[in-house]
Amino acid sequence: MNELITHSAAELAAKLAAKEVSAVEVVQAHLDRIAEVDGEVNAFLHVNTEEALAVATEVDTARAAGGAEAGRLHGLAGVPIAIKDLIVTIGQPTTAGSAMLRGWMSPYDATVIQKIRAAKMPMLGKTNLDEFAMGSSTEHSAYGPTRNPWDLDRIPGGSGGGSAAAVAAYEAPLALGTDTGGSIRQPAAVTGSVGVKPTYGGVSRYGAIAMASSLDQIGPVSRTVLDSALLHEVIGGHDPADSTSLTDPVGALAEAARTGNVAGMRIGVVRELQGEGYDAGVQQRFDESLELLRGAGAEIVEVSCPNFKYALGAYYLIMPSEASSNLAKFDGVRYGLRVLPEDAPLTIERVMGASRAAGFGDEVKRRIILGTYALSAGYYDAYYGSAQKVRTLVQRDFDAAFAQADVLISPTAPTTAFKLGEKLDDPLAMYLNDVATIPANLAGVPGISVPGGLAGGLPVGIQFLAPAREDARLYRAGAALEKLLEDKWGGPLLAQAPVLGGVK
Amino acid sequence: MTAVTDEILSFEEAMEKYDPVLGFEVHVELNTRTKMFSAAPNVFGDEPNTNVTPVCLGLPGVLPVVNKAAVEYSIKIGLALGCRIAPSCTFARKQYFYPDTPKNFQTSQYEDPIAFDGSIDIELEDGTVFTVEIERAHMEEDAGKLTHLGGATGRIQGADFSLVDYNRAGVPLVEIVTKPIVGAGSRAPELAKAYVAAIREIVKNLGVSDARMERGNVRCDANVSLMPKGSTTFGTRSETKNVNSLRSVERAVRFEIQRHAAVLESGAAVTQETRHWHEDTRTTTAGRPKSDADDYRYFPEPDLVPVVTSEEWIEELRAQLPEPPAERRKRLKDAWGYSDAEFRDVVNAGVMDSIEETIAAGATPAVARKWWMGEVSRRAKEAEVDPAELGVTPETIVELDSLISAGKINDKLARKVLEYVLAGEGTPSEVVDKHGMAVVSDDGALLEAIDAALAAQPEVAEKIRGGKLQAAGAIVGGVMKATRGQADAGRVRELIFERLGVQG
Repeated sequence: MNELITHSAAELAAKLAAKEVSAVEVVQAHLDRIAEVDGEVNAFLHVNTEEALAVATEVDTARAAGGAEAGRLHGLAGVPIAIKDLIVTIGQPTTAGSAMLRGWMSPYDATVIQKIRAAKMPMLGKTNLDEFAMGSSTEHSAYGPTRNPWDLDRIPGGSGGGSAAAVAAYEAPLALGTDTGGSIRQPAAVTGSVGVKPTYGGVSRYGAIAMASSLDQIGPVSRTVLDSALLHEVIGGHDPADSTSLTDPVGALAEAARTGNVAGMRIGVVRELQGEGYDAGVQQRFDESLELLRGAGAEIVEVSCPNFKYALGAYYLIMPSEASSNLAKFDGVRYGLRVLPEDAPLTIERVMGASRAAGFGDEVKRRIILGTYALSAGYYDAYYGSAQKVRTLVQRDFDAAFAQADVLISPTAPTTAFKLGEKLDDPLAMYLNDVATIPANLAGVPGISVPGGLAGGLPVGIQFLAPAREDARLYRAGAALEKLLEDKWGGPLLAQAPVLGGVK
Repeated sequence: MTAVTDEILSFEEAMEKYDPVLGFEVHVELNTRTKMFSAAPNVFGDEPNTNVTPVCLGLPGVLPVVNKAAVEYSIKIGLALGCRIAPSCTFARKQYFYPDTPKNFQTSQYEDPIAFDGSIDIELEDGTVFTVEIERAHMEEDAGKLTHLGGATGRIQGADFSLVDYNRAGVPLVEIVTKPIVGAGSRAPELAKAYVAAIREIVKNLGVSDARMERGNVRCDANVSLMPKGSTTFGTRSETKNVNSLRSVERAVRFEIQRHAAVLESGAAVTQETRHWHEDTRTTTAGRPKSDADDYRYFPEPDLVPVVTSEEWIEELRAQLPEPPAERRKRLKDAWGYSDAEFRDVVNAGVMDSIEETIAAGATPAVARKWWMGEVSRRAKEAEVDPAELGVTPETIVELDSLISAGKINDKLARKVLEYVLAGEGTPSEVVDKHGMAVVSDDGALLEAIDAALAAQPEVAEKIRGGKLQAAGAIVGGVMKATRGQADAGRVRELIFERLGVQG
């Protein structure tokens, strides 16, 4: 155990810049931590030891050279990062958590990976996820579940349970996630970490294996709000390779996080995202956070988003519809698993069928079947068409709410981390865990989850939502709440996590 | 596949009883520099799978980006077809599993094509004009090319294995769809050919496609149905796929009319299905029934934003349109002074462009027509190629003509010279020098030959002396034979009369 791993990315960056520590030391400390605890946590599907150290060495060399070369180094150069294994990387396998892509090596880098490389942030490896990001528990991975560092018998959330657990277990200070219905924010909530879903189009999706194109968004995972802002500034911005990418500049996100002030801010409590269905302990922590924010000068207002109650239903039509189409390419013809049918005849249709039957897990098949059905002739209008109308209504609810409030607030998830296996046979119960995160994806607005305390010894997440392109507000409000709570707790929430491999 | 021989009715009988209704879907491959949604080169004939990027291979994580040039070409096609251009239009996914389609869906347009509601006048060979209404022209991407090896049919069924070349995958296509064409009667097969020829001519003239049918740049699906004479209710249609030469389009439509008529005469119903055209037997065979394969589960392409066309942009493109082919033909006919019949022959022989170029190179309209409709067409027919493809340049013809005018060669020699030019032996002048083909203009040599010919035919010499000047032809023939054609017949005639002391 090395105390280096307990530092935030911002702290590590400062130490590196001051040459108090080398990038190789930082990377090695995290690699050691992974070796030490990941057998239990299973956050990583691949550990990128050699390349991570090589990049760290480059950073150290540049810094030692001083002058212009050192001056060109990005502020986060040498700060290591873990990558959700849904994002394609040259030199490391990209599996999407699926047997379909076991060992698949991408010949190209995602745009965000190009930016990570440009910033010379050593990539520690690829993190576990629900297969093709479909799930809320990381149990639907073909490579075994990831466990919650707070309680190894519990789920770390999903689909990005690997990235959240890696950060919460000090295996990495930063990670990339993807959020289609809450896959960054819900894992952050149940692991006591921070996760941000940027405005749709704010971060290039090029190279993120698509689940639902109109909902997917890459975003940062970290232990502090400032760290997410710093990472967001690295990965954000326009990308000509993504037609849905915004042309806006990224914005001064880290500055907003450093400001961290809610005085005069109107914070809207969404009436429909609390109460029934939300654990009492979750509700309690949420109410306490509201009081703290009020005490810090925020104006707490109640807003109503009446159509949010249809959001989950609409989501479970739009997402599987797009997923059924996006996953059609996995057919064993060009790459990935190829399985020949056991009996004759050997036709291309049957090879595709056998490959998909063997390569996809149950949850993926469930969604492909749902989506295929929803898009079928005669059902399209009733299902996909109606869902898109609901989506418009949800967007209008947001518009109305943001007319009354600068940001909205809710619990990130209705419960704390549940036990492994608890909801595996009840997909609907599993889906309900995303009820508070899904509206943001339907409307394309940004959201953040910050630690809100413990209920029954397990982390609770508080979610802020902001209007599209106003991601900075999330960092301002999130950092303010983080500071208010940490002052109350006397330190970060993760300091209260049980000992794992000798480090708190 | 078992070949079923269909009964057919004679075309005349079919026409007595039924009115054909036609419809065409013509796919035009655009000759943009890169593909529809990726930066891969759009080049025909390269090594398989070399003109590909992750995007056109449909690798995990990729996203499409619309090629602006392809949109411009599509708008030009729309304008040339008299269509309205959509102020905003979207792409959709047409979903089906087939190994030539890397994503297992084709990105196409569905509800809102870029161009719609147009019409073009089609002129048949005898000058009759039909107006064909255009329903829509929409943008989409081509599929890869499959080659099925083993098996008897060359189709995927029964093949031992198949090879796929994705160089063509993602090549921009515009699909031009007509409204039902009624009232063509027995001219229907001719109209079919003329329509496809007109589309080919238009896109070639616009410079937006190489328009080579043998390379699949222009591909036609022909829909045929029959209704009893006097009825206005359309019958059930068949769709004959990929009829890829003008002659085949005419034959396929004719065959389908005869086949439908036989089915209807037998009291049976026409099956709605796709048909495959076989050039060798000049028949069609049944493909898949349309009804149960029609569910493509179209839905809006979430990875692309709408294509928005401003009025200024459209007008800018309209200003770039070249002269329409029909107007150009009228202008050329007037300028060249050809009769209706002469000009129609020129057009039908496909040598109008060649004649235009030859005139531009310095030939008179009469000389250009003499060569292109005469010797060049004759040779092209022998070689079974289009006259323009024979390799005769306008400069060659101009040079041949000036050699004749200068008396250096005669028509007969000129044809021989052309043969050597085509064999790659150089320019006409070089050939004449190299082979010593100049007309014999040395009177001494000619007189020698004349004396010999007169001596050989004394009775002819008597006749000429007696005033029967036309008898000189036999002596001229003898001289030409003796000089192997290299004499100027006019000069020989003069010398004969001089020799015999008569006035020519």
